[in-house]
Amino acid sequence: MKIAVQSEAFDLNAEVAALHQANPKVGAVVSFLGLVRDINEGQGVSTLSLEHYPGMTEKALAQIVEDARQRWEVLDATVIHRVGALQPTEPIVLVAVASGHRGDAFVACEFIMDYLKTRAPFWKKEATAEGEHWVDARESDDRAAARWGGSGK
Amino acid sequence: MNVRLLYFARLREVFATGQETPELPPGIQTLADLLDWLRQRGGVWAEELAAGRAYRVAINQDLIEQDAVLHENDEIALFPPVTGG
Repeated sequence: MKIAVQSEAFDLNAEVAALHQANPKVGAVVSFLGLVRDINEGQGVSTLSLEHYPGMTEKALAQIVEDARQRWEVLDATVIHRVGALQPTEPIVLVAVASGHRGDAFVACEFIMDYLKTRAPFWKKEATAEGEHWVDARESDDRAAARWGGSGK
Repeated sequence: MNVRLLYFARLREVFATGQETPELPPGIQTLADLLDWLRQRGGVWAEELAAGRAYRVAINQDLIEQDAVLHENDEIALFPPVTGG
């Protein structure tokens, strides 16, 4: 399992390869790549700044991956979340899950992403032509996490 | 009791501080007591921590969803609902 919070970019292909190259039991890897959009609620975004809670962030991500392991066959997983200043089109988050079969890999990847959105202590601040503002949490994210049981918060 | 308080994101900006290490007055033993004590500072503290406002609390880096007893040297973080991913 790899959990990383970093300002640097990451290499999607290298991260996915690392999940399966040395393990012939892996039959499926599902990866999710989250990107910075340039439009959020109608305003052009020039920069997105990511703040986090060092220490808790890594702990929360590790717990989310562990929760996924309890529910599905997860042979290995990688979660990388970037922090600091990011520009539109840049990758911000990678979740990749290796499993024996695609079903568990798909569902575990989605679960980890849904829980990350509601339980991992990251906060986005957008800079637009009108100034800076903190991004509000979305109820749709709470609902997505709640689908899996538990509060999702 | 001495505790470490951390504030993040919008709350860090509104409170104009990221952390403090207060010695809590006797009688402050639970998270609910602590939040009341912070609200008594008035101004933005009373406003942001008012009933019905959306904020989250973590004690020793675990999200807390109900009241809890505090202990010496606990790390208590207050922050807005998270928006990562």
